[in-house]
Amino acid sequence: MSSANDNPARNTKVMNRFDITSRLIAKLKNEEAVIGGIGNTNFDLWAAGHRPQNFYMLGSMGLAFPIALGVALAQPDRRIFALEGDGSLLMQLGSLSTIATLAPKNLTMVVMDNGIYQITGAQPTPGAAVADIVAIAVASGLTNSSWAADEGDFERLIEASMSAAGPTLIGVRIDDKPGTGTTRRDPVQIRERFMHGMGVREPL
Amino acid sequence: MAVAEEKTSPETTEKSWHGIVLQTLKRNDIRLVPYVPDRVLTTLIRNLHADPFFTTFPTAREEEAVGIVSGAWMGGMRGAVLMQTSGFATLANVLASLAIPYQIPLIMFVSERGTLGEFNYGQSLVCRTMRPVLDSLAMEHHTATRLDEFEFIVDRSIKQAISTQAPVALILSPLLTGGKVFDK
Repeated sequence: MSSANDNPARNTKVMNRFDITSRLIAKLKNEEAVIGGIGNTNFDLWAAGHRPQNFYMLGSMGLAFPIALGVALAQPDRRIFALEGDGSLLMQLGSLSTIATLAPKNLTMVVMDNGIYQITGAQPTPGAAVADIVAIAVASGLTNSSWAADEGDFERLIEASMSAAGPTLIGVRIDDKPGTGTTRRDPVQIRERFMHGMGVREPL
Repeated sequence: MAVAEEKTSPETTEKSWHGIVLQTLKRNDIRLVPYVPDRVLTTLIRNLHADPFFTTFPTAREEEAVGIVSGAWMGGMRGAVLMQTSGFATLANVLASLAIPYQIPLIMFVSERGTLGEFNYGQSLVCRTMRPVLDSLAMEHHTATRLDEFEFIVDRSIKQAISTQAPVALILSPLLTGGKVFDK
């Protein structure tokens, strides 16, 4: 068992959520879906520039990956990205096994790991000092899971995920900064616009 | 009822409660059926797995299944979630923060434990929370007790959920399913 000193997470650069999210969005050319988890994760997705293919979670903490799995199953020809915080993922670790079993090849998951519940006052998560999210993902059956060493490595992993034979999970160590923007809290409009973005509905 | 549960040949499924669920889901193009299992749901789950029309699989938590069918709905694929009473009790947050405010036609089948012969006190207590939660959120729900009404309830409820973009809970009473009895 690895100690904190040889934990592979400790060899990765501490990056910034908004910067990483912006780098992801800049790569999207094919109306890829992006599901943003609760709080800062979707605030930074919003701040990176709204797209009709973005879905913003205003509650239901922990469900970014399950929601993304549902979109991925419904639209196997579209690439689906899901952004989730480490605290959120800790609430729904079982979903990693479900995703590994179903193995949708069009799903890329990004875990923004700062080890804290930043938005509630930066309290450490129960796993902050001991748990390795990527190791948990691998042990859950998501063998194509890795830490991004730095921003360039993150972009490389995102590119690689787009032609991967199965689901990809990318762990990103991030700093303790809050989100850059604030998502407009209009759930019906968010859902309706997302369905337009997915080509499921036409506007009235 | 335990004997009736075992009759799963294709010619009898249409007339059983679980056959009605399967056929009515199919008729309404509901293909995605994640579940957390329950003894009463065993035959339905087995028959869903055996039918290539359906994508059906277990999830670790009921909340996860709700997230999955919500995402699928937004992507153009219809789904329903199967669970038991105690699983429903874990859903207040996701109903109030995802399904209802985002207007997602979440269709739930809840096998009712905790009443009409329950042998586990905890199950009977958690059962008492179910309808107050549904009522406090003003959610549509029906308790199915009779086979002759069941197809009407299921079919109309599915269509109403989709038309009105609102969740529905269909509670499967032991009066319909036979329930689970203390036998081991």
